Amino acid sequence: MGATIIEKIIRNNTGLEKAVANDIVTVNVDRVMIHDIFIPFVADKFEEMGFKKLWDPDKVVLIYDHLVPASQVDDTRHFKAGNEFVKKYGLNNIHRADGICHQLMTEAGYVKPGDVVFGTDSHTTTYGCVGAFSSGIGYTEMASILGTGEMWVKVPETIKVTINGVLPNNVTSKDIILKLIGDLGADGATYKALEFAGDTVENMSIASRMTIANMAIEAGAKCALFTPDYKTEEYCEISLNDMQRDLVGDDDAVYNKELTYRAEDFVPVVACPSQVDNIKPVSELSDISIDQVFIGSCTNGRLEDLQKAAAVLKGKKVAPFVKLIVTPASTKIYRQASEDGTLSVLLEAGAIVTHPGCGLCCGRTGGILTDKERVVATNNRNFLGRMGTSKVEIFLASPITAAASAIAGKIVNYDKSINIW
Amino acid sequence: MGKIFRFHTDVDTDQIIASQYLLFPTIDEMKEHTFESLDTDFAKSVQPGDFVVACENFGCGSSREQAPAVLKALGIKAVIAKSFARIFYRNAINIGLPVIVCKDLYDSVKANDEMELNLESGLIESNGKTFTCTKLPAKMQSILNDGGLIASLNKEV
Repeated sequence: MGATIIEKIIRNNTGLEKAVANDIVTVNVDRVMIHDIFIPFVADKFEEMGFKKLWDPDKVVLIYDHLVPASQVDDTRHFKAGNEFVKKYGLNNIHRADGICHQLMTEAGYVKPGDVVFGTDSHTTTYGCVGAFSSGIGYTEMASILGTGEMWVKVPETIKVTINGVLPNNVTSKDIILKLIGDLGADGATYKALEFAGDTVENMSIASRMTIANMAIEAGAKCALFTPDYKTEEYCEISLNDMQRDLVGDDDAVYNKELTYRAEDFVPVVACPSQVDNIKPVSELSDISIDQVFIGSCTNGRLEDLQKAAAVLKGKKVAPFVKLIVTPASTKIYRQASEDGTLSVLLEAGAIVTHPGCGLCCGRTGGILTDKERVVATNNRNFLGRMGTSKVEIFLASPITAAASAIAGKIVNYDKSINIW
Repeated sequence: MGKIFRFHTDVDTDQIIASQYLLFPTIDEMKEHTFESLDTDFAKSVQPGDFVVACENFGCGSSREQAPAVLKALGIKAVIAKSFARIFYRNAINIGLPVIVCKDLYDSVKANDEMELNLESGLIESNGKTFTCTKLPAKMQSILNDGGLIASLNKEV
């Protein structure tokens, strides 16, 4: 009997050669990520549990991103708690101002194909872009891993998604994952793994795969998985070993469900307020005026996202009553976008370019909205109150749709071809 | 008997406790803002021993453990829903808040109805009717019986 990707990862990790979906197993954790919002709670629980030392300090990564730079005095308490934890337990991997955690975990080389990774954030599913099993947990469970290096999991059943063909020019991987969430529903993949295959996925950049893996949680998924390939090797700066090369779903693997799409059938879509699975084609929306556009986040704050937005905005101006806020996902991306001219194009069009971080996506800083305002945003959640008051309407879209809407002052379909320099 | 606070489908963790309150130093300070965007009076009117009853996918969204923690701190005896989001479910068990899957209860009760839950037998009584809950996986039942993950870990040591 063949195996799914998640079954292969768990078999390799545990040595249980016959582990299959629905088995409860204990995995050996390869890496954990803790961010600034939860570090004080993790630290408290760790001490409450009576642990005296970390199971392996090198496997622990602490990232300050939600609160950087501090916008309220209270925020600094989290940095202080984090810094004390670092000093007391000898952490080496700490990022205080380098960007968003989910960008840094793969960008800075902490996660490799086949790894088992947990983080104190639901979008930890992102690292499936390089073929790692990664998932979000709470702070009590994180404290337990810090002491033991282990975690119990139920091996998830898998939904396989196969996409073949060439995507239309104005469609991105964001439109794919939004469409999929709409088809599955906000709980359609709860407790399950999403496994992606097909030549459309093979032809995608790692950045585009990240967008899909990042939002898998919005359908409830435990993780999302892509087969590592030569692009993964280049991105992770490794040569794949036999185990990593074998992380492909077998033809005779058992799947909970199999979905197949033709790339040519995808169109630009938005998630309308206030559910991530309230998906509509952009072409069906007319005269929805907007107050703000946000391009950034761990979903769509990468160089290719900024480049696509810049290609749409080149030589144009943001509508006078609209604020366009652009937030690169990391300092590295910020620098690259500066060096290749992307930022100049965005600034020329009237964008406000902010420091890398979580900022507006989690409603903490840099563009908070108020009652009856509408925003087109490239991040991952349009929940009530997510980016300001609970009467803000959030429409989730791709960077292309977001940029085109910023020029028009309303939600519009971009139907020209994109030229990226 | 406890009172039922009834919520719809896809209640996300931002609705349970919004992100701006996560910066408060303690759960006790956060709990006053529980369900604020859905019901501004919730924290004031809930009494220890009351229940939260919801439809599908309760607790979707972020990994914030403060979501089950504020419910527990307010004295909610259990959350009963048709289904739960994964991280919320795990977090609730880990802090010792019973989360119960019951497919029939939601459609049979109204807000402010009274109910009683027997955790050992997995039976709920409300409006003169009895409802059967879905059993927890053995691993989770044992953590819950110990009173949460910390107590459970201490027991192993």
